[in-house]
Amino acid sequence: MTKKIIFLVLIILFPFNTYGIIKVDITRGNLDPLPLAVSPLAIDNDSKNEFKKILNMRDIGSEISIIVEKNLRTSGLFNPLDKEAFLQKPDIANLKPRFEDWKLIKAQALITGKVNFIDEKLRVEFRLWDILAGREMMALAFTTVPTNWRRVGHIISDKVYERLTGEKGYFDTRIIYVAEEGPKTQRVKKLAIMDQDGFNNKFLTLGNELVLTPRFNKTSQMVTYLSYFRNLPRVYLLDIETGTQEVVGDFPGMTFAPRFSPDGKKIIMSFAKDGNSDIYTMDLESRVVDRITNHPSIDTSPSYSPDGKFISFNSDRSGYQQIYVMESSGKNVKRISFGKGLYGTPVWSPRGDLIAFTKLHKGKFYIGVMRTDGSGERLLTENFYQEAPSWSPNGRVLIFYRETKTDDEGKGFSAKLWSIDLTGYNEREVKTPTDASDPSWSSLLSN
Amino acid sequence: MEFNKILKNALLIIFACLALSACATKKAGTGQMQGDVYTGKETIEYLASGVPDRVFFATNESVLTTASRETLRKQAAWLRKNSKINIVLEGHADERGTREYNLALGERRANAAKDYLMTYGVSSDRISVLSYGKERPVDSGSNPLSWSKNRRSVTVKAN
Repeated sequence: MTKKIIFLVLIILFPFNTYGIIKVDITRGNLDPLPLAVSPLAIDNDSKNEFKKILNMRDIGSEISIIVEKNLRTSGLFNPLDKEAFLQKPDIANLKPRFEDWKLIKAQALITGKVNFIDEKLRVEFRLWDILAGREMMALAFTTVPTNWRRVGHIISDKVYERLTGEKGYFDTRIIYVAEEGPKTQRVKKLAIMDQDGFNNKFLTLGNELVLTPRFNKTSQMVTYLSYFRNLPRVYLLDIETGTQEVVGDFPGMTFAPRFSPDGKKIIMSFAKDGNSDIYTMDLESRVVDRITNHPSIDTSPSYSPDGKFISFNSDRSGYQQIYVMESSGKNVKRISFGKGLYGTPVWSPRGDLIAFTKLHKGKFYIGVMRTDGSGERLLTENFYQEAPSWSPNGRVLIFYRETKTDDEGKGFSAKLWSIDLTGYNEREVKTPTDASDPSWSSLLSN
Repeated sequence: MEFNKILKNALLIIFACLALSACATKKAGTGQMQGDVYTGKETIEYLASGVPDRVFFATNESVLTTASRETLRKQAAWLRKNSKINIVLEGHADERGTREYNLALGERRANAAKDYLMTYGVSSDRISVLSYGKERPVDSGSNPLSWSKNRRSVTVKAN
C-alpha cells in the first residue's frame, strides 16, 4: 500500500462558542437520537467540474455530506433528517441559516459547508449551527489532496460528534479483519482492511496461508497477526503502508494471540510448548523476550491496560476458562470473572475502566463488559456464536464477529462483523464484501 | 524426568478412567458418542490396515480415552516397524470456543497424543505438533455429534 498520509490544514474560522446548549447524552443509547440536518455542502460550478475530472464524481459536496449523515446515523445518537424537507439552498444556509426554517422541520442542529478546488487541492469548510439558540457552534476548514475526500467526511463527523457529545469521535478510523471465503471445512482466510464505514476495502494477503487475529498498533499503522506460513503458526508483524512482513521472535513452537503494548514497543502473545501455553512479551527494538506467566494451564488472549501497568488474560487454571488480571511483570495474578459460565478474550477499554469479554453459558455466547476488578458485569448481546470484541478508540462502541449455526446438512454457515454500543443499544451488522471475523479497530487517524 | 513422564501418563490414564466412568451413565443419544467423545467410524482414515489415524476428545478436555490409547498403541507399533516415517500430530477443537483458547487446546490435545506415542517407544524427533484450533473442522455441522468428530488429534505422515 502506498504511503498516503493526509495533508491536512485545519483552520478555525471563528472562535469556539464554548457554551453550547445542545448536549447529547451518550450514556443512554439511542432511545432519543438528536434530530439534526446535514445540508449538502455547497460547491461552485468550476470546482464541481474539476472534481468530476479527477474523481469521476457528480457532486462531491453532496457525497461528503452523505458520509457525515451516514456516520452520525450509525452512531445511534443522531437522527439526520430527510434532505427533501430542507427549505434553504446549501450555499445560502452556509452563509447564514434561516433558523426558523430549520426549526420548522424539527432540526436541533445543522451542518452546512462549502467545497472548493484550489491549487489542485480539495478545500472544505463546514459549520455547525445550534438551531434553537440561533447561533454558530463551530466552524472549521480543511485542505487536502482530492483523493482524501472520504476522510474529510469522517473528520467532519468526528468534529461534530465531539462538539455535541463532549467525547472524541471514532469515524476517521479503519478496521483490520480476516476476510473469509469457501466451505467451513476449508476456509480461505485473508487479511483485509477497510474504513470504519466499510469503504476502501483492501485485501492485504492472498489467502495462500491461514491468517488469524490481526491487531492494530495504537500508535502507528502496524499490525500484528498469526500466520500459518509454511505450516508454522507464528506471530507476524506487518507494516500496512510498506507491506513489509516479519516473524516476531524465534520460538521453537506456535506463537499466537498477539497484541501490542499501548506504547507500541512490545508484542504480548502466547507461546505453546509441550501442551502448555504461557504468556510472553518481546520488545520490538531490543528483541528481548520476557516470560510473563509460568503455569501448566492454558494462559492466552493477553491484553494490556491503556497505561501499560496491567495485563488481562484468560486461563483455565481454575479448571475452566476464566479472566484474570495481573501486573505487567506477571506478579499478583487475580481472577476477576466469577459469574456462571466460561469467560474469554478480555480486552481493556481505551478509557481504562472496563474490560470487554466473550462469555459462554448454557450453549449461548455473549459479549459483555465488567469493571477491571470483575464487578458490574453487564451482558450486551446474546447469540449462537460470537466473540472477540474490539473497542472503538473512544471506548463507546465494540466491534466483534458472529457466526451462524449450520443446518442438519452442515449448510448455512456465515461469519459477519457486528457492532454494538456500550449501552447495549444500536446493534448493527458492519457490511463487508466477503464473510469476516477477528475485527480490530484502529485509533483515530487524525485528531 | 523419565519418571515424571511415566507418572504423568499414569495420572492421565487414571483421569481418563474417572472421566469415562463419570460419563458412562449419560445417554449419548446418537449411539456414536460415549459421554461426548466420538466413538463412531466416520471421517477416520487409516495409516495402515487396522491403524486408525485419529483420536477424539471430550469438550474442553485433552485426556486420552481407553479407545484413544488403544488407537495410539497401534500407531506406535506401526511407527516402530516403519522407522523412516515421521509424523505430524494435528490437534483440533470444535467451534464452541474462542479462537485463541482453541489454538492452545488443539496444541494440548496433539501433545497428549505425542506423549503417549513416546511412552510406547516413538522418538520425539519423529513427531511434530501442529494445532489448528477450530480452523479446520472435518464436519461442518453445528450439533453435538459434529462437534465430537471435530475434537480430535490426527496423525499425518510428514514424509
